Amino acid sequence: MLKQIEGSQGMAEAIALCRPQVICAYPITPQTHIVEGLGAMVKDGRLQGCEYINVESEFGAMSVAIGASAGGARAYTATASQGLLFMAEAVYNAAGLGLPIVMTLGNRAIGAPINIWNDHSDAMALKDAGWIQLYAETNQEAADLHIQAFRIAEELSCPVMVCVDGFILTHAFERIDLPTQEEVDRFLPPYVPVQQLDPDNPYSIGAMVGPEAFTEVRYLGHQKHIDALEVIPRVADEFRAAFGREAGGLIRPYRLEGAETVLVALGSINGTIKDVVDAERERGVKAGAISICSFRPFPLAELNEALSGAKRVVCIEKSLSPGLGGVLASNLRMALRGHAVPVYTVIAGLGGRPILRSGIAGVIEAAGRDALDDITFLDLNRSAVEGQLTRAAGLRESGPIAENLLKALNPGLVHRVSPRRAGE
Amino acid sequence: MFEVRLHGRGGQGVVTAAELLSVAAFDEGRHAQAFPSFGSERTGAPVASFCRIDEREIRLREPIVDPDALIIQDPTLFHSVDVFAGLKDGGYLLVNSTKTLAELGISDVAERLPPGHALCLPATEIALRHIGRPLPNAALLGGFAALTGRVGLAAVLKAIRARFAGRVGEANAAAAEEAFTLMQKEVAPC
Repeated sequence: MLKQIEGSQGMAEAIALCRPQVICAYPITPQTHIVEGLGAMVKDGRLQGCEYINVESEFGAMSVAIGASAGGARAYTATASQGLLFMAEAVYNAAGLGLPIVMTLGNRAIGAPINIWNDHSDAMALKDAGWIQLYAETNQEAADLHIQAFRIAEELSCPVMVCVDGFILTHAFERIDLPTQEEVDRFLPPYVPVQQLDPDNPYSIGAMVGPEAFTEVRYLGHQKHIDALEVIPRVADEFRAAFGREAGGLIRPYRLEGAETVLVALGSINGTIKDVVDAERERGVKAGAISICSFRPFPLAELNEALSGAKRVVCIEKSLSPGLGGVLASNLRMALRGHAVPVYTVIAGLGGRPILRSGIAGVIEAAGRDALDDITFLDLNRSAVEGQLTRAAGLRESGPIAENLLKALNPGLVHRVSPRRAGE
Repeated sequence: MFEVRLHGRGGQGVVTAAELLSVAAFDEGRHAQAFPSFGSERTGAPVASFCRIDEREIRLREPIVDPDALIIQDPTLFHSVDVFAGLKDGGYLLVNSTKTLAELGISDVAERLPPGHALCLPATEIALRHIGRPLPNAALLGGFAALTGRVGLAAVLKAIRARFAGRVGEANAAAAEEAFTLMQKEVAPC
């Protein structure tokens, strides 16, 4: 049924259709309306057979999800930003134990400085935790990916993180076609665990494993991801057959025929990128794009094939690996080994900075002239940066960087910059 | 694509107004996308929200830079926010005020627009009469429907009633209806 609905509420309805048996969440910021919506559905009886547990922290949320999943329940939670970092140890444990938990991550920046806005720093911080990471381009896809995520997670016994751009998707009202309970029931069978804590048949999950077998456990975790490269597109195909629309899969190429400059990105920015690609094509510029849905596992072979005709690849990345540059670009270079295709990083949208069509068009233009640096910070305020560098070079006690920048940008703001030389 | 930007202050229902507008446009069979200016919203702080309406799928995710229409819920924002930034020459302007555009000191903005495209609406006063609280958004949506014709009054009323149950919904719908009628008189050529 088509609804004009907030992304978070649409996801909540889709998740409820997946019949989760345990939902645990720490329902204060950073969080989305998803668990709030699910909580309301459990309370008013729309979501039956589900226990909603308010926990005391994100660490508690993931720990309860681990316990519930090990107990044989279909478990779900959601978080964002600092919340993900706070549960980090348990996030690794969920994957290491092979528990098919599904978690929504409403992607947001990580402090300091304090920032509640969208970027992908949180997801990137835990990209190596062993979870499958799927990125939604629209709220329709965000809803659909959750339905697929439970299938994928449970088939592989591997947790799945559905990454949804915070605010840009989670807080946006747009149309979402929500399936019926019968349709979802046909697509998603009840959960049959491969391991289950059972008092009548006691065994342990989570043994201490020494050097004699740790590598093998990790190898098998890696193998699940390799298997997922086959499972994810198959589940997307089955989803299309069942629901009549595209969602998920490994990658989604857009207008690659004859494309010289190909933009590659994760998540909702792909919508804006497609609009720019259309406009560029209109002008005769041979631009194309690839939206990566599955970032973990990383579809090396599919990207290698899709990008083999490109003259250059530009990754629009909403995260930064300080000291390296772009995570996506460095991953892509692995996919393109053997091809002499330059891969550039454009760091954009950090901490919620809007990414405009004009900015992306400028990147395509510079790329076409082969004038892009390895790393470009889109719309960087150079004078603000230079001002701080000058200040720091001239004064040992130059004070906190964030406060200095804010003061320079808003001269009216009063920040006590340096305890001893506030007049500087 | 028709792009609407709404400016107001936290607590005035700026975000809700954009959402309701998107629901009304959706109800008429179009694609619509509404989203807030992302921030930590505090009561009284400047807030913007956005609504795109189109006949086809909306993929664009940037904030609305060049709006086709502006709805200003609080004219005191003129002093602190560049609310008129990017407004298209053929665009629409709807301001919540009992004053005239000249009294508000924005005749220059209005003169850039086609005749009849810039209007003031005493939305807070209408809201106080019907709802009993200074929440101008429903009235402004009614006024927007009359001013632009981009969405019908019936769809606006339906969206309001679907969002707010019972008495509150009816009061908001009544405010929207009164604003629509009032604006229609001003929009119609004399």
